[in-house]
Amino acid sequence: MATATAIPDPRLIDAAGLENLCQALAAEGYHVVGPAVQDGAIVLRELSSAAELPFGWGVRLEPGGYQLRHRDDTAAFGHSAGPQSWKRFLHPPRERLWSATRTAEGFDLDGAEDDEPPRYAFLGVRPCDLHAIAIQDRVLAQPGSRYAARRARLFIVAVNCTEPGETCFCTSMGTGPGAEGGAYDLALTELVDERGHRFLVEVGSPQGADLLRQVPSERADHATLRQARSEVEAAADRMGRHMQADGLRELMADSHQAARWDDVASRCLTCGNCTMACPTCFCTTIEDTTDLTGEHAERWELWDSCFDLDFSYLHGGSVRTSPKSRYRQWLTHKLGTWHDQFGSSGCVGCGRCIVWCPVGIDLTEEVKALRAERDQP
Amino acid sequence: MTITREPVSAPGTLVPPMRPSRYVVAARRAETYDTVTLMLRPAEAPIEPPRPGQFTMLYAYGVGEVPVSVSGFRPGGSQGSRVQVLVQTIRAVGAVTRALCTAAPGDMVGVRGPFGTDWQPHSADGRDMLVVAGGIGLAPLRPVLLTALAERARYDRVVLLVGARSPDDLIFTRELETWRRRDADVRVTVDHGSAGWTGQVGLVTKLIDTAIEDPADTVAFVCGPEIMLRLCSEELVNRGVAAADIRVSLERNMRCGAALCGHCQLGPLLLCRDGPVVSYAEAAPLMARKEL
Repeated sequence: MATATAIPDPRLIDAAGLENLCQALAAEGYHVVGPAVQDGAIVLRELSSAAELPFGWGVRLEPGGYQLRHRDDTAAFGHSAGPQSWKRFLHPPRERLWSATRTAEGFDLDGAEDDEPPRYAFLGVRPCDLHAIAIQDRVLAQPGSRYAARRARLFIVAVNCTEPGETCFCTSMGTGPGAEGGAYDLALTELVDERGHRFLVEVGSPQGADLLRQVPSERADHATLRQARSEVEAAADRMGRHMQADGLRELMADSHQAARWDDVASRCLTCGNCTMACPTCFCTTIEDTTDLTGEHAERWELWDSCFDLDFSYLHGGSVRTSPKSRYRQWLTHKLGTWHDQFGSSGCVGCGRCIVWCPVGIDLTEEVKALRAERDQP
Repeated sequence: MTITREPVSAPGTLVPPMRPSRYVVAARRAETYDTVTLMLRPAEAPIEPPRPGQFTMLYAYGVGEVPVSVSGFRPGGSQGSRVQVLVQTIRAVGAVTRALCTAAPGDMVGVRGPFGTDWQPHSADGRDMLVVAGGIGLAPLRPVLLTALAERARYDRVVLLVGARSPDDLIFTRELETWRRRDADVRVTVDHGSAGWTGQVGLVTKLIDTAIEDPADTVAFVCGPEIMLRLCSEELVNRGVAAADIRVSLERNMRCGAALCGHCQLGPLLLCRDGPVVSYAEAAPLMARKEL
């Protein structure tokens, strides 16, 4: 008779243990994806070794600004969100949906793409991004979809956040800095001090337990457990930003005519960077193409942005022509109507949209201003 | 030791609504100078039967795909004795619709769907049915008329108000006569008359006043340009028809039809899933907001 596997006690591994973890995942057939320094930023990419992790690197963040910096320690996860998010692997920027070939009768759709969806292991998913993945699941994980197939094969190694950035506000959105059980297979808490560079490892799934058994580890003592908890708790007090989350839905619904939209539109370039950097923005468009002979046609799905003028195009013109209406659509959807459509907020407080906005528009400031405008006597 | 995850059905396949079914043009009828009706027969497993008011995504090979409401449907027989017929009326307004409008009998198109909400014609059971159409807005309403006239006794009055820009823009003109003979009160108006036009001239809104006998017992189905939807619905409400008894069909950019692409948002609604047909009670505040 099968019995439920008890969740094992937390374990401890050292920095070399990360490499063992990577190799164990690779041996199970996973493509390990994690943070690495590349092109002056901490990007997410496939890793062949834990040595590629950004040991000793941190970031300096501000509205419209991102800079790598050397840390005083060797922490591998001592940095907050970078320009990319995990959606580029689960919900790729470009994907071919099908291809077709011209025939005498018309056309034949070529057989289903038979490439097996990749089995990814994400290494270093912060709690805000765990929530972002859960939010995209509610939109995109329709049964039978490729997203659902990639998602079902995914192994998640989360990292509790002990290093929030200047633009972070996950505590406001209730998405961090600690990871919730059930959302990951394994969760790390990184500890760097006089006792060395260690990772507390918590198990979140039977798969996680199986994998951890393949990695040399030791039992975590109570002092270490307490230290890990208190570092995550302390991170909650070091958020660079705050956003009052209650009543956001109503605020958005009430603010359609707000003058603040004109103010933000005078700064917004409608470039769409925020939507590309956002870990939950999911919009796509369709591109139907043929080769030069016309014998072969393909349909591609591409990331799209509600800041694009063509996004709302109907014959005769676009619905949202003014920049103000497009910024309003983005923010109102993210914080308001997302609830109506998918049962939660679309914002996890990661701060990427603030950092990667070329003119430094800060949604926490915009929300504050909208609230002040609505509540003014 | 192996790590097992949840089994995944058919890896790498397409969500069923994302893969087009191939259909062949069985017949083509020019409705006006820019509007064509295509009768389509499946060349493989057909789509599920659409309900009145639902739409499909029609694909012209190598050109692209557009949402088009279904203007008629005949289900296929279970023994394969009868083949499904899907009727779609298309106005040439862009590259894809032009390609579809020039499709000839024997040509192949792709069909995905059906998507969205429907008119729920039976909500007018035992009451007066008022159908108001502007231009090609008559196309998605045709299945409502056909449903009502097939079971005419279920309804009290069946009234159809048709508006078009000019006599040349009127569609289904011959059928309008058929519907009259089948006890529908059909009234037609054009914004601008032309030589030989002896009918009514003026906006379709103007026909509403005299078309209503018992506003509290009237259920209205309205389709046309958004401005026409608004003006007609306001007039209906002024005449005493309850906003919840008015159903309108809304239009936004659509790419996927499956609530995945985000294009068809209208405030809280994803019109491919929550629309295109919605109650005016729900639509009124949304239509009133500019650039929503």
